[in-house]
Amino acid sequence: MSTRRFSRLWRIVAPLAVGAFFLALWEVVVRAENIPPYILPGPLAIAASLWTDGPSLLGSLLVTLRVTLAALAAAAILGGAIAVLFSLSRILELSLFPYAVILQVTPIVAIAPLIIIWVREPFLALLVCAWIVAFFPVVANTTVGLNSVDRNLLALFRLYGASQVQVLRYLKLPTALPYFLAGLRISGGLALIGAVVAEFVAGTGGAETGLAFRILEAGYRLAIPRLFAALFLLSLTGIVIYLILDGLSRLLLRHWHESALEEEEE
Amino acid sequence: MRGIAKRFRTGVAALEAIDLDIGRGEFLSLIGPSGCGKTTLLRIIAGLAEPSRGERQLSLSAEGAVKIPSGRVGYVFQDPTLMPWSTVLDNVLLPFRVARRTGSAERERVREEIRAVGLAGFEDAYPRQLSGGMRMRVSIARALVTDPELLLLDEPFAALDEITRMALNDDLLRLWEARRTTVVFVTHSVFESVYLSTRIAVMTARPGRIAADLAVELPQPRERALRTSPAYAAICAKVSSALELAMAHQPR
Repeated sequence: MSTRRFSRLWRIVAPLAVGAFFLALWEVVVRAENIPPYILPGPLAIAASLWTDGPSLLGSLLVTLRVTLAALAAAAILGGAIAVLFSLSRILELSLFPYAVILQVTPIVAIAPLIIIWVREPFLALLVCAWIVAFFPVVANTTVGLNSVDRNLLALFRLYGASQVQVLRYLKLPTALPYFLAGLRISGGLALIGAVVAEFVAGTGGAETGLAFRILEAGYRLAIPRLFAALFLLSLTGIVIYLILDGLSRLLLRHWHESALEEEEE
Repeated sequence: MRGIAKRFRTGVAALEAIDLDIGRGEFLSLIGPSGCGKTTLLRIIAGLAEPSRGERQLSLSAEGAVKIPSGRVGYVFQDPTLMPWSTVLDNVLLPFRVARRTGSAERERVREEIRAVGLAGFEDAYPRQLSGGMRMRVSIARALVTDPELLLLDEPFAALDEITRMALNDDLLRLWEARRTTVVFVTHSVFESVYLSTRIAVMTARPGRIAADLAVELPQPRERALRTSPAYAAICAKVSSALELAMAHQPR
């Protein structure tokens, strides 16, 4: 077997083995020590809860997912647009960027109650919260990307008499694409966190209840296996979002960007 | 060009009192120590930088031969300066794309130019799939695709290995012989400048001035064998001593 296939195999097998080992250890300790399930349920109890509560948890997951994806889409579109505006006008960038930073560093937990009071529509309120958390990496990264244009290529575009719009379309946007996608990958996780935090703050504010509320509720009722099951679904969602965005990035950059290249055989 | 001077905002005088007439069809090399303002001079010729003093006059033929007005000057940088996200074809097509002329005639012209620099079959390759020499060929094809009247090259082969460099020297000569475009070629290499040029301007550094202006009277077309001929060696020696003289006046 070549060393390359060997390492690829290990990349999958090794973490799975570690995971299986710790799950087994967990189950053994819980049983041996007779730890009650309302303190720490074993993996099997969590799996059972996932099975019985699964359908209703999935419904809640869908609610959270809707907020997350809408916030991510808004972060991508508005974040990208803001970065392009910044790149077109230095004055705009200088005057507005600090406020984007302020919005970013203010803890969302602290401003979420205000947003929920101001925005009557529950879905929209959650969306705004998640968006505030998610949009900054896209803006910051894309701005860096738009400013990283090869000076000589820019000179060449000028030599051939390119307009501002042409420079943007054929030079700046392609240059910024890898940066934008890297920002989006971070935003994907943040959108989920933002949605969960907003749900926590909102409580039962809406008619539909998301996964975060189910976690709170399970905690109050000491239904700890269900809490873990909801947590598991949440992590899984985060991982899937990351993998999808990572795949998208690789797909779009596969021809040219270093980050998307397979390890080359030397 | 008359009395060209360039002073940067930092106060550094890059060029001083440069007088330079470049004749049509000439292959002029600018040679000098690093930091003598060769690149600055080239950028001024291209119109990418404005001189602080003096005037630059570019009288290009008004014949109908010009395909797109913005394509009268071709520029090749020290790096290939390709768009990594575009194929070879799209990179060479750039001047036409900017001029909003991307019809089938232009595409055919692009393919022709890619063939001319010896890259037929690589039209759909991406820059990262090419070697350094091939990338430079793409860069040259892009500069030539508009049939410019003036081709400016800024140490284009400095980063290449000796073998690739010699091959590209020969290819550049063939391309020039076939079209007789006016060429201004910036280089560090005496041997390269003598092999390629019809004329060599030796520059001094800080501030950049033209110290010597030498004609290269060697037969054309030039072949590899010329590199070992006594006449070639004699001119190389002449240029080298002019360069040493130019560098003697400055602190190393």
